[in-house]
Amino acid sequence: MTIAVIQFGGSNCDRDAVRALAHLGIDAERVWHEDGLPEEVSGIMLPGGFSYGDYLRAGAMAARSPIMNEVREAADDGVPLLGVCNGAQVGCESGLTDGVFTTNESARFQCEHVFLRVENAETPWTRAYDEGDVIEIPIAHGEGRFEITDEKYDALVDDDRVLFRYCDAEGNVTDDANPNGSTGNVAGILGARETVAVLMPHPERATLPDVGGTDGQGILRGFTSIE
Amino acid sequence: MTAYTATVTVRLKRGVLDPEAETTKRALDRLGFELQGLRATDRYEIDLDAADADAAEERASEMADRLLANPTIHDYEVEVEEAEE
Repeated sequence: MTIAVIQFGGSNCDRDAVRALAHLGIDAERVWHEDGLPEEVSGIMLPGGFSYGDYLRAGAMAARSPIMNEVREAADDGVPLLGVCNGAQVGCESGLTDGVFTTNESARFQCEHVFLRVENAETPWTRAYDEGDVIEIPIAHGEGRFEITDEKYDALVDDDRVLFRYCDAEGNVTDDANPNGSTGNVAGILGARETVAVLMPHPERATLPDVGGTDGQGILRGFTSIE
Repeated sequence: MTAYTATVTVRLKRGVLDPEAETTKRALDRLGFELQGLRATDRYEIDLDAADADAAEERASEMADRLLANPTIHDYEVEVEEAEE
């Protein structure tokens, strides 16, 4: 099985993603977007970075590149898909997931460790955790404020498609623990099916023991825990 | 076919926070200007040939729907004029 890590012009977390997945024994390879999606992929990762210089809106250009038609078809067929940071922005811009990630409330780029509370542990991406667990993972984004219409937000919550919310070290979801002004402190969500997920924090930066915490491993293991 | 310029103005929906506009407003405050509010918009001027103004507007609106605006946070308006020679 191979996970395709899609590389757009301006992606910069693709190598980190491949290495983090390899550390977990998950075979992954970088795929240049113009080369199209390889046949027989067992998963797709949209990595972080600044595809197309964040022109227009973060993720807007990559979301409309030709490979995304193949990505959407594969995701509709049940191929697991994980979008991280810029990949999450691409996921929302392409309609794979609801809402949009836009300018941080602070209007600044923020690079820091945050705590996330696991909201739903019954998904492939969160099966390694228990509901209510607090995990520590870094963020690095200028456009991570989750915005969504009230109607769609209610649907997300009702369908239990919120994966993570920003919280403090004790797991309290508060305004102070919300790094970017996201609606409902939402940090990560599922798409229409549980095999599609996006999140702003970087699990691949919290996977290799040599560079700090490993709380992100469970998210990446989602690629191998589809039931 | 007639040459038109379609002007597409994309703005945040009322109530959606605009941190960049807030920061710009604060900078104007700091420069000593009196103002109550400030909203930023994106404006695209699109040159296109179309059978008539309605067709030009329809095409520009589709561009806004599919790329220039994100319906979750944006409203947009389209104005069409015959292009200047």
